[in-house]
Amino acid sequence: MSMYIQPEYEVIRNEQRCINCRACERQCANEVHFFDPKTGKMNTDDAKCVNCHRCVCICPTHALKIVRSDDTYKVNANWSKQTINEVYKQADSGGVLLSSMGNPNPLVSFWDKMLINASQVTNPPIDPLREPMETQVCLGKRTAKIERDASGKLKNTLLPHLELKVPIMFSAMSYGSISYNAHASLARAAQELGTYYNTGEGGLHKDFYKYGKNTIVQVASGRFGVFKDYLENAAAIEIKMGQGAKPGIGGHLPGTKISSDVAETRMIPEGVDAISPAPHHDIYSIEDLRQLVYSLKETTSYKKPIIVKIAAVHNVAAIASGVARSGADIIAIDGYCGGTGAAPTRIRDNVGIPIELALAAVDQRLREEGIRDEISIVASGSVRSSSDVVKAIALGADACYIGTAALLAMGCHLCRACQQGKCNWGIATQRPDLVKRLNPETASKNLVNLVTAWDREIQEMMGGMGINSIEALRGNRLMLRGIGLTDTELKVLGIRYAGESI
Amino acid sequence: MLLREGEFRNPSGCAIAGVIDRSGQSMNGEQIIEAISVMHERSNGLGGGFAGYGIYPHFKDFYAFHLFYEGATAQEETETFIKRHFEIVYFSEIQTRKLPSIQNEPLIYRYFLAPLPQKLANSHLDEREYVARCVNRINAQIKGAYVFSSGKNMGIFKGVGYPEEIGRFYRLEEYEGYAWTSHGRYPTNTPGWWGGAHPFGLLDFSVVHNGEISSYDANRRYIEMFGYKCTLQTDTEVICYIIDYLVRKRGLTLEETAHVVAASFWETIATKDAQAREQETILRRMFPSLLITGPFSIIFGYEGGLMALNDRLKLRSMICAEKGDRAYISSEESAIRKIEPDLDRVWAPAGGEAVVFELYKKEGEQKK
Repeated sequence: MSMYIQPEYEVIRNEQRCINCRACERQCANEVHFFDPKTGKMNTDDAKCVNCHRCVCICPTHALKIVRSDDTYKVNANWSKQTINEVYKQADSGGVLLSSMGNPNPLVSFWDKMLINASQVTNPPIDPLREPMETQVCLGKRTAKIERDASGKLKNTLLPHLELKVPIMFSAMSYGSISYNAHASLARAAQELGTYYNTGEGGLHKDFYKYGKNTIVQVASGRFGVFKDYLENAAAIEIKMGQGAKPGIGGHLPGTKISSDVAETRMIPEGVDAISPAPHHDIYSIEDLRQLVYSLKETTSYKKPIIVKIAAVHNVAAIASGVARSGADIIAIDGYCGGTGAAPTRIRDNVGIPIELALAAVDQRLREEGIRDEISIVASGSVRSSSDVVKAIALGADACYIGTAALLAMGCHLCRACQQGKCNWGIATQRPDLVKRLNPETASKNLVNLVTAWDREIQEMMGGMGINSIEALRGNRLMLRGIGLTDTELKVLGIRYAGESI
Repeated sequence: MLLREGEFRNPSGCAIAGVIDRSGQSMNGEQIIEAISVMHERSNGLGGGFAGYGIYPHFKDFYAFHLFYEGATAQEETETFIKRHFEIVYFSEIQTRKLPSIQNEPLIYRYFLAPLPQKLANSHLDEREYVARCVNRINAQIKGAYVFSSGKNMGIFKGVGYPEEIGRFYRLEEYEGYAWTSHGRYPTNTPGWWGGAHPFGLLDFSVVHNGEISSYDANRRYIEMFGYKCTLQTDTEVICYIIDYLVRKRGLTLEETAHVVAASFWETIATKDAQAREQETILRRMFPSLLITGPFSIIFGYEGGLMALNDRLKLRSMICAEKGDRAYISSEESAIRKIEPDLDRVWAPAGGEAVVFELYKKEGEQKK
């Protein structure tokens, strides 16, 4: 028996404002809205609504709103409505629950429990409008030897670095999970901003080779789209070992999203599910990772930094130490609030640890072992604002990846239904009629605006602290204080409590 | 109970002054006391100190350790340690003058030391590293003992009080040296511990510093990767370790060191000629975590020279001057004018511009 489940959201239409233009009907890929010829009015099927707000945004008379249903089961603090509904769904289908985007549960955000310092009296704040304020950063190894030529000048013994004009990059989102136009927008924005976007594991569409200087290509366990030109075209290569939203498992792109173009880019048959295995089957231990790092370096003549991306898990500090000794130049750590195009709900919501704690533990461990210079750290997994970036860098990150914030800038409304492939905003879909709704011209502008605005805010906060180079903020944990944290949390974060001088 | 220096972070405002006679002629300590006393208002009586170079000509081949002891036990323990690692050539209590304003002074001793050859050979360390590690061990492990000076033919003299009083307390008029630096401290907390006063020294390196650096914890957490332990939690300490690391351990020149700690802005580097651009870019990329931000002016003393350096925005006053063979550095020009009213040249170095004054090379050597 299939249990009827009351929809979570209701579409409310202001009948006086509605002019029956039927735009909502045309715009909704979920087919929520329909015209009822009998009454001559628009009607809705709330059960199909994912609350993506497309109709609300495009309605010319602002006649629509979406509210949370006040329907309730008998109130039970232990068995919430959602928990009960999930049991019904699984009893009905026998399937694994799937979700998209980051964990929506009310979790502790350590970003919100850290406060930033500012200069008063003993040390002057610096005004970024009047003085230079450096937010550019280089990522890669800094362990070069001092060598001099015959005239005594220093030789450049440094390995290749990535140069970022802002300490923010766009994190891995594959072509397939997101649309052609979404990729085009990210690539253009990365180029304009002087930073990098990341292809994810879906290969690189040949139209985007021209953005190679701003492209990080991923080599994931499925090896989709990996071949010589792909690697050679990139500025850096990222080995994806894990993802914060789904540590310990691979990926699954449903066949419905594998259009012919996606299939060609991924080098797989059209319409067939693309499944990445949980492990890399050539990496069962750390020494195997080293071999992959060096095969990629060999393949690209040691001209490109290699990034290793891992999910934040319990033993992250020791893992990072192993990665730092593997020859990798950069480590990307993705926290448990990170986004995804699709993940099993139970894994997304229960596996992994917060990026703030993982980052603090990794940075501290690498310093204790004296190998922090071996590797740069990129933090991700719910970096929501410029202040999160500042806090991440003060904890020890070299830069941050943003994914969800970038999608929001392009119009995503976080309805968390990416896995259905019917994104009304043209982002997480391959349906041509939906994809064309996303204009790369506008969306890339929005991305540039977002990152530029964050960069300005970062400069203001740095100036307030009397710091005029982001390099002097990195790992500068005295600039942070905790609030509402336990002693253990303070210890892991390596910061003091608000009000404590040192 | 008040915390001791090192148990909390203690930023402070200050006055600094330095003088060097590049021909190697000696000056007694009186001059530098006079200079720093002009800047009395920049200190608050909670710390003063001096470093003199060339002051122990009769023992110039031996490491001169100056120690504070809080009691006889600490002294006993330290001397046992010293004897295990060094030959003691000579030692005595440092002669001081009792002054009503200088109180709670610790026991203050001086030792001239030579590392035990066998011990040094077995350590597989270069001699200076061996000595530096011994200093760190005493300071970190022996309670109530603190080595505050450890170079050859130089010495640091410091304590809690106004600098001019500290100078008279140590009878600096009885010492003759070719270079002197001094420091008057305005801490924002009460240290009350003599070890916390400045200059801060390691081997023949000494640093006096005015400012509060905003990059402190970034610098500290980085430099501690290389065996340094920032026990005092002061800016001066971390700056001294950074210079020691770059100059002694990595082999950079003082100018290169300045391009690391007070690096030009990237936009400025972009405008420089190709060679300078390349060199400065390499340095910034190699040592980004040793960039020091926030206001500072420092005088770095070493065997044979002084270096003056400001932060790259020049957020602290610092003046240089020359008269004949003598060169002067000070927070305020008044302090220089007090001891040499008639100067050949006075200038304010730009932010991030290292000014180095060194002894003239002896005959046969290339003059710099």
